Amino acid sequence: MSNLDIRTPALGRTELWKNAAEIDAAIARMVDELTGLLARQGIADPLMIGIHTGGVWVAERLHGALGLHEPLGHLDISFYRDDFTRIGLHPQVRPSCLPVGIDDRHLILVDDVLQSGRTIRAALNVLFDYGRPASVILATLAERAGRELPIAPDVVGLRARLDRDEQIKLSGPAPLILLRGQAPRKPAGKSDLKDARSNPEEDPRVSPGPDPETNRP
Amino acid sequence: MSTPNPQLDAQGHLKHFLTIDGLSRELLTEILDRAEGFLGVAQQAVKKVPLCRGKVVANLFFENSTRTRTTFELAAKRLSADVLNLNISTSATAKGETLLDTLHNLEAMHVDMFVVRHATSGAAHFIAAHADPHVSIINAGDGRHSHPTQGMLDMFTIRRHKPDFASLRVAIVGDILHSRVARSQIHALTTLGVAEIRVIAPRTLLPSRVEEAFGVRVFHDLREGVRDVDVVIMLRIQRERMNSALLPSEHEYFHLFGLTEKRLSGARPDAIVMHPGPINRGVEMDSQVADGPRSVILEQVTNGIAVRMAVMSMCIGTQNLNSQGRGEFLNG
Repeated sequence: MSNLDIRTPALGRTELWKNAAEIDAAIARMVDELTGLLARQGIADPLMIGIHTGGVWVAERLHGALGLHEPLGHLDISFYRDDFTRIGLHPQVRPSCLPVGIDDRHLILVDDVLQSGRTIRAALNVLFDYGRPASVILATLAERAGRELPIAPDVVGLRARLDRDEQIKLSGPAPLILLRGQAPRKPAGKSDLKDARSNPEEDPRVSPGPDPETNRP
Repeated sequence: MSTPNPQLDAQGHLKHFLTIDGLSRELLTEILDRAEGFLGVAQQAVKKVPLCRGKVVANLFFENSTRTRTTFELAAKRLSADVLNLNISTSATAKGETLLDTLHNLEAMHVDMFVVRHATSGAAHFIAAHADPHVSIINAGDGRHSHPTQGMLDMFTIRRHKPDFASLRVAIVGDILHSRVARSQIHALTTLGVAEIRVIAPRTLLPSRVEEAFGVRVFHDLREGVRDVDVVIMLRIQRERMNSALLPSEHEYFHLFGLTEKRLSGARPDAIVMHPGPINRGVEMDSQVADGPRSVILEQVTNGIAVRMAVMSMCIGTQNLNSQGRGEFLNG
């Protein structure tokens, strides 16, 4: 998720915002839009890269539906977050995996929810440490207000109108649903950090399950 | 715990890394898990992540080392820290400066982390006890006491080949008496819960009552000791041990305790062979084993960088937490 600077391990009280069928429909719209965009830009053979964790779930679906034959890449942006100097290392880091070289390739970067834009800033920095892509298209399942950086998505599945203290969180990998809830109110700073740090550790070698954090990097 | 562990901050986060002894299985596992994430940095075209940008790491090596110093240096550089390499034995102390004066001078240069190697056991603890609270100390080997990053890179290498510690039999072969590497390995293997730890050594190179002290099984016969083990860790034999008459000769040592394919045949077929380096070929093991399919010795070097990145970034991250905590306290 994109709102890096709110670290809530879980939404306090959640309710279903979009069910699996609505997510399916949104992903189908994204596939149509991406197909059109790629055709207009004359891109025949893009590489798709999902941002851990929710972005990878969405990317897996898009990757299959678009019939891309090169393997999906996974990006973990923990080492590139802009808040390490404030909160230390994120508890869960999975290795990034870009199985195909990205030099001179057209990339489709996929995330679940775009808010502040800080995740995408970090993801672009990771990508450019792997090589120099020809272009990057940004596709997000959901978009909401709250941008803090000049970053705009090219393809969006759902647009969320939320109050400032509301959050949405993708739950997956199957079925994919979007939950909505109030961000728990608490003083910023130390207590915040403790929570972020005390998340249950997940063995990075097992397949990713649902992320306990709302705002997983 | 009655006395707080000097390596941890009040919340239990790793602040210094001085010894494996006394750290929990959860913390050791966290180090191993984090190191997995850092392995991928070597696959990047730009082999760097910006985690420790603007931080200064000083390598304080009071004792010679090539591999450990260079892998610490590379780890710090891959974290984007600035690195100072100080070969203390040839500089300040030769002019009569004390250890603490050297330390305080470097603190005045706003160094954030010291990586310390010293011939005296306890040197890293001593420095940690006297350093500024915002500074982290990593022990890169102190006397016969501890070499915790080596211990953890060995655990990391074992786990990548054999993920289930609880089922493992591990044999450590060589100079247990003088080896800080062996002590760190034994503490780590014990904490991670391996099924059995064996030490295989001549009687002159074993601490007294090693069974009770470390909970290990002792063997004086290599072939017998490696039978059915999953991991064989060879230790380096230092030449000066021959001079002090603890060993008759290199040739004699190899004849009795050198690892050969033939002697290794009693180990499990998928057993791996490790060595912290540098290897004395023809003393600890022959080249057939060192370069053979079961050897993971060069993997240990690669893994050492990722493990050191994990430990360094955890300690620097804890500094960040604490400095924020301090600011918050002041603001009331």
